[in-house]
Amino acid sequence: MICNVCGTKEATIHLTEIVNGQMAEIHICERCAEEKGTDFKTYFNLGDLLTGFAGMGEIAKSGGKKMPPIVCKSCGLTFEDFPKQGRLGCAHCYSVFKKPLEVVIKQVQRSGYHVGKKPSKIPKEVRSAHDLRQLKERLKKSIRDEAFEESARLRDEIRQIEDKMKKISRKPKND
Amino acid sequence: MTDANHSPTLSVNWLKATGPESDVVVSSRVRLARNLFKYPFVFKLSPEQRVAIISDVEKAVSGSSLLKKARLVQTKDLSDIEKQFFLERHLVSNELVQEDSPGAVAITPDEMVSLMVMEEDHLRLQVFQSGLNLGEAWKIADDIDTELERELEYAFDATLGYLTACPTNVGTGLRASCMLHLPSLVLTRQADKVLQALSKLNLAVRGLYGEGTQALGNFFQFSNQITLGQPETEIISNLEGVIKQVIAHEREAREHLKKKRKSKMEDQVWRALGILKSARLISSQEAIQLLSLVQVGIDIGLLEGSVISRDLNQLFLWIQPGHLQKMNSGELSATERDERRAERIRAYFAKVTL
Repeated sequence: MICNVCGTKEATIHLTEIVNGQMAEIHICERCAEEKGTDFKTYFNLGDLLTGFAGMGEIAKSGGKKMPPIVCKSCGLTFEDFPKQGRLGCAHCYSVFKKPLEVVIKQVQRSGYHVGKKPSKIPKEVRSAHDLRQLKERLKKSIRDEAFEESARLRDEIRQIEDKMKKISRKPKND
Repeated sequence: MTDANHSPTLSVNWLKATGPESDVVVSSRVRLARNLFKYPFVFKLSPEQRVAIISDVEKAVSGSSLLKKARLVQTKDLSDIEKQFFLERHLVSNELVQEDSPGAVAITPDEMVSLMVMEEDHLRLQVFQSGLNLGEAWKIADDIDTELERELEYAFDATLGYLTACPTNVGTGLRASCMLHLPSLVLTRQADKVLQALSKLNLAVRGLYGEGTQALGNFFQFSNQITLGQPETEIISNLEGVIKQVIAHEREAREHLKKKRKSKMEDQVWRALGILKSARLISSQEAIQLLSLVQVGIDIGLLEGSVISRDLNQLFLWIQPGHLQKMNSGELSATERDERRAERIRAYFAKVTL
């Protein structure tokens, strides 16, 4: 079980709280527990418990001790607001808060990469990047399954797309 | 919205108990979360932006062949009773109808599809099916989504997929869920054991009526928790796989009740019918519990021919406060509702002789 606060260390302290009749469990590592000290009760507020983002505000705070808090320029959301809302303000928030969000996503999702449907109307570079990712995932799986012919085919396909992408990215410089 | 738009029987297609495994699985639902690329997420929107998005969506809906017959209704045009009525039918959510800012919902005439605009995400598309039929629900949702995206530009990231207001939905934006009726598992005290085993599989299980994990009337809703890192079809087949196991357990428990506890069950089922056939005042909680026992009676073959699942599924819905008030075409106090509920139930079971 990974610590809900730092998202890196093994959790050794397990707390169960009943809030509004809902049971919520918190798992934290010793170091984070020490740092939080007696703030526990107020620290894990209901919103955090229910959305499972306990500690995300703290990460933003500790990361920004000397720097101003990170703000999404597009919608004005600060990362400290995120646990309160449990929601992001706009699509750009995902890139602005990329690092701390990776921790959240690791806790609630299986992997960090989307596989599956994509819209037909997306910019070309998003599409190729997405296709590439899908192919790489399939390659991994086919290697695991020892399907060598399939692996070789996928490898070639990946190379082709990568070459194409390189050409596209070089073009503007030549112009 | 006028009453003429609804069939007088108020029946719901996805409660018809015609789908696969419908003796255990009441209904299946697939939900897709989508956001428009050029606007912030819902809670950061100004009222003007909300109106603009609703009108964009309205255009996309009218251009979609699958949603052609759907009517888009502004939430502000819904009365409190209609809101409650749609909530009970799962066509809208609390989050959508409790918001004072502009919002809308498009519902197809057969009520198999609802598209909420300005829920937690700009778009929440829901497709319902009777019984265990997530595959079909996903197919329909996928087709509608594909039609809508011709008009609407979605927020999509090459790594994270469809971007959603909450990271718990990011990736596919897909939540598949099934409503299961598991009275035999509950009566044989095995439900907790089965549900605990499931919690390790990244699935969410919650009681349908009642609060928290308490499942009033033995209805449980099963859904996927993970939305990122698995393709849609895999999410759905995993969930279906687990549900099939739960179905097998429920049927086993049913056989056990039939063979080992027949007279005890007969007693409980007929007592339940006795109350339902004679009560003058009944709360929805009591009614749901007793109706669930009647369902057990059907399941274990005690009520051959006299009561059928399809009607019973509808009755569970008809006795909800919103439905009672909608049928009354006006507000009812709690006591009046208990009276109407009892009346409706007595009328329904009138032909059953004790």
